[in-house]
Amino acid sequence: MKSETNIMDEKLSIEQAVLSDYKYGFVTEIEADEAPKGLDESTIRFISAKKNEPEWMLEWRLKAFRQWLKMEEPTWANINYPPIDYQDIIYYSAPKQKAKLESLDDLDPELRRTFEKLGISLDEQKRISGVAVDAVIDSVSIATTFKEQLAEVGVIFCSISEAIQNHPELIKKYLGSVVPATDNYFSALNAAVFSDGSFCYIPKGVRCPMELSTYFRINAENTGQFERTLIVAEEGSYVSYLEGCTAPMRDENQLHAAVVELIAMDHAEIKYSTVQNWYPGDKDGVGGIYNFVTKRGICHDSAKISWTQVETGSSITWKYPSVILKGDNSVGEFYSVAVTNNYQQADTGTKMQHIGKNTKSRIVSKGISAGFSNNSYRGLVHVNKNATNARNYSQCDSLLLGDKCGAHTFPYIEVKNSSSVVEHEATTSKVGEDQIFYCNQRGIDTETAVALIINGFAKEVMNQLPMEFAVEAQKLLAISLEGSVG
Amino acid sequence: MDNIAYFKEQFDRLDSPDALSGLRQSSMNSFSNLGIPTTRNEEWKYTRISSLFNREYLINNTTAITAADIDTIALPAHATANVIVFINGIFSNEFSAIRSAGLSLCPLEEAASNEYKSIVSKHLNHSSQYLKDGINALNTAFIHGGIFLHVHKNKVIDQPVYIYNITDARNGHVLSQPRSLVYVGQQAQVNFTEIYHTLGTAESLTSQVMEMVVEQDAIVEYYKIQNEGKAASQVSTTHIRQVGKSLVNTVTITLDGGIVRNNLHAIMEAEHTEAHMYGLYFPDGTTHIDNHTIVDNAVPHCLSNEFYKGIMDGQSTGVFNGKIFVRKDAQKINAFQSNKNVLLSDNASVNTKPQLEIYADDVKCSHGCTVGSIDEESLFYLQSRGIPRKEAMALLLQGYATDILEKIKLEPVRTYVEELIAKRLLVETV
Repeated sequence: MKSETNIMDEKLSIEQAVLSDYKYGFVTEIEADEAPKGLDESTIRFISAKKNEPEWMLEWRLKAFRQWLKMEEPTWANINYPPIDYQDIIYYSAPKQKAKLESLDDLDPELRRTFEKLGISLDEQKRISGVAVDAVIDSVSIATTFKEQLAEVGVIFCSISEAIQNHPELIKKYLGSVVPATDNYFSALNAAVFSDGSFCYIPKGVRCPMELSTYFRINAENTGQFERTLIVAEEGSYVSYLEGCTAPMRDENQLHAAVVELIAMDHAEIKYSTVQNWYPGDKDGVGGIYNFVTKRGICHDSAKISWTQVETGSSITWKYPSVILKGDNSVGEFYSVAVTNNYQQADTGTKMQHIGKNTKSRIVSKGISAGFSNNSYRGLVHVNKNATNARNYSQCDSLLLGDKCGAHTFPYIEVKNSSSVVEHEATTSKVGEDQIFYCNQRGIDTETAVALIINGFAKEVMNQLPMEFAVEAQKLLAISLEGSVG
Repeated sequence: MDNIAYFKEQFDRLDSPDALSGLRQSSMNSFSNLGIPTTRNEEWKYTRISSLFNREYLINNTTAITAADIDTIALPAHATANVIVFINGIFSNEFSAIRSAGLSLCPLEEAASNEYKSIVSKHLNHSSQYLKDGINALNTAFIHGGIFLHVHKNKVIDQPVYIYNITDARNGHVLSQPRSLVYVGQQAQVNFTEIYHTLGTAESLTSQVMEMVVEQDAIVEYYKIQNEGKAASQVSTTHIRQVGKSLVNTVTITLDGGIVRNNLHAIMEAEHTEAHMYGLYFPDGTTHIDNHTIVDNAVPHCLSNEFYKGIMDGQSTGVFNGKIFVRKDAQKINAFQSNKNVLLSDNASVNTKPQLEIYADDVKCSHGCTVGSIDEESLFYLQSRGIPRKEAMALLLQGYATDILEKIKLEPVRTYVEELIAKRLLVETV
């Protein structure tokens, strides 16, 4: 049972939401260094030159681009959107900086204020919370905090462009090893034009002393954001990684096509949490981010990868964080809360590929749809012939608020091994009238009651989030669903 | 081989001008556009049937079936039941017998122009709205010798209706495409059992479509028993439209065959409609069994319950795809679905996809699915009491199957199926 103050807080946040709608919808006036609109080989050469990349990187990008040209945009997802004009997007936009920065204190004050508005004051982060932040605005990484402290234990945490310059051997070895450049349409596009992202390397046996975090923000108009994240956890190491995203309110759609690759070597553990709050579009479904993301991790022997996501933003979400359970005794987990309101569409889920022996996976997906939105769970559990004693448990529940929205489930279960045990269950229901009545009867008004019930519904997933995110995520849930009850 | 050209040639050979020739022609056109579904088609993702179409089939060929042939495959109480026999997809008047009052049968071509005209034009080929693939179109393009069966209103049909789909593949590969339209009038009650049999050793494919219309307060029991040899494949569609508040129970038992694909649809078009779908699939060897079901709730206050169980042995594959649609404003729907699978061999596999698409909020829908193997502890328990392992296994599997078999309310048929399964288990356990 929640304390009264908590309920009041939630109520307050709902009221705030009424006034503020999307509170991250501001635009920061920062001069940006942009590539011309459109996409051809020269755009890619431009990006690569801007980043001062080595020749092999450019080759890698061009190869992906040439492949992308031959590919077709996928249409199987349960989402609708007008065709995207890939020539009408600016593929590179970097906040202009005068000189190379020595420390955080030299950062453009305008930019600093943006981050403060976002609630991730870099200074504060540095001082109090002890979370190392890599902030990516539009396409490039702005600042990475706590770099020195991390370096002491041997953890490399920097922007991927820096990594290409400073750690080419690691990038060459791992980039594209889990999500090949040509894996799918959007990953190929990303491979061709990605401009920045985060790179993180945890050496053997190291438990990363702090949570690592990246904040993504699309700021400039007409830009797409194509970031690429690569996390390598060497044998026996541990890292918890957080990712957050926001964007300004604009009435045209912006494209976000990211790729995240996780590599967990023997006995390593990676915990990856996302709070996705891109601009979802307005009440009539105008504007918003198209969020087409490929996320995949590979587990070697006895390794563990855990994805946790809270998806409240984006007008369209197309995202399937996956785990390849290659090593014996490896574990994959997926916890998701996806909320859609107004005209948002989400087609999200996971893939668990059981290849090694005694592999385990667990999927908990909670979908909440309101307004005119559509929310689909699409997941695959595949057990290979040799994956003896594989074990999977999946649960996907949907909650419907309002009679104009939809909740859909598309689970694919493919089992080729007789010693494996796979379970899947799903339910769809609405918030019970008797539940609301029970709350009303005890003096809790309907809106608060619904917030309570939804928080309870999503709790299993929320519990997986690191502390800092859990608070934010709960507020986000309430805000996203504001006005959908009644 | 060019299937489209081959079937076009056959189409021209067989087409005759009658009330259905327009439908046949338009279906032939859709078949030409659609072709044979490939695994790129989401509905056929796990079932590759192109291999069934790399040979030339005999279509509508004449055969020499005798009463003795029928006797060997007769269901219990055959002599007193209503019997409908299709031979190579063509209705056989000679071997069929309608014994109950309240049942009338006429050729589909005839029904399309007599007093049933409006029913036929309204309901025939409604299945194509749900099956947008070449197989369904091909059946419709070759509607010859189909039947229209009328269950008169307020009649309780006391004798079961047995439908035999016999394919005579003694003279070469045969494609049979039986087609029927069943109209169950208000407050009628009827019980169908459908069975398939192939004679001879050549390859056969039965591509069957049965469409059923169920009026208000009618009660329909429908059982399907598939136990053909490995050379016999099937695509079997049962498309049930519940146009009035009615109750339909179906049980689908699939024990053997080459590639078996079942499409079972319950389209609920009236409030307070109820449907129960049960299924047991028990493939071994190289058999591939695919059950696709659709429950489409177009109106409020409907109830559906689906329960399919599978046992996969040898190198066999089981596929289950259950879809539940709840249309906009179809409130107060209760729809449940459950699929359980047991894998007996490491070369067997199962692909299951229980799918929900829901556009209304005040609903209770759930689905569950499990894949596992026989519990070692249960086996050990039985063994510790002196039952040999293989017999213990058979016992456990029979128990597992009982959940489904007990849904067959017609006792002689249930016993018949139980015997088939016992025989299968015994053969395997010896």
